[in-house]
Amino acid sequence: MNESIKLRISNIVKENQVCLFMKGTPEVPQCGFSLAVSNVLKHLEVNFKGINVLENNEIRDGIKTYSDWPTIPQLYIKGEFIGGCDIIKEMFEKGELQIKLKEKSISYKGN
Amino acid sequence: MPLKSDEIKKLIIESIPDAEIIIEDLAGDNNHYSATIKSKVFSGKSKIDQHKMVYKALKGKMGNELHALSLNTMEI
Repeated sequence: MNESIKLRISNIVKENQVCLFMKGTPEVPQCGFSLAVSNVLKHLEVNFKGINVLENNEIRDGIKTYSDWPTIPQLYIKGEFIGGCDIIKEMFEKGELQIKLKEKSISYKGN
Repeated sequence: MPLKSDEIKKLIIESIPDAEIIIEDLAGDNNHYSATIKSKVFSGKSKIDQHKMVYKALKGKMGNELHALSLNTMEI
C-alpha cells in the first residue's frame, strides 16, 4: 500500500472517534452488510463518521490492507479495529459492543 | 466466478483440519453464503483473529471470487 494512502487512512481513523468504512453513506447504504452495521450504530445513537469507499478506490483497497481484513464494512473505535459485519452484529446482540463503547468513553443510547 | 460450497469447505479443511463446517447458500446463487465453523484452533482467540484464520484459509478469495460469506466461528 502506498504511504500517502496509509497516512490518509490513519488520519481518518485518528480524527473520527467512531468511523465506519462502508459501501454507500449512513443515509443511503449501498450494501446489506454496510446497512446492517450502520443500523446498529444508529440504533445505539452513536455519533459516527461514515466513509464511503465506493467514492475512492484507493481507500477501498487500502483499508483492506491497513486492517488486514478482506471485506467492507469495517468499524474503528478510537483507532482500534473492532470488526466487520458479523462481528459487530454478534457483539451488539451479546451486549459486548455496548461494553466496548463504554470502555472507550463513547456515548450511546441508554448510557 | 462463484465458488461452490464444497470448494469453500475444502479450502477451510486444508488449513483447519478439525473444522466442523456447516455452509448455507443463502440466495441459491453460489455467491452469498453463511458458514458456521467449529474448531479447537479458535480456542483463546479473539473473534477478529478467528475470522482472519478463515479468511487466510480462503487464500484471498474472500472479497473477490467470494462476495459474501457471513461467518460464525466457535471453539469446541
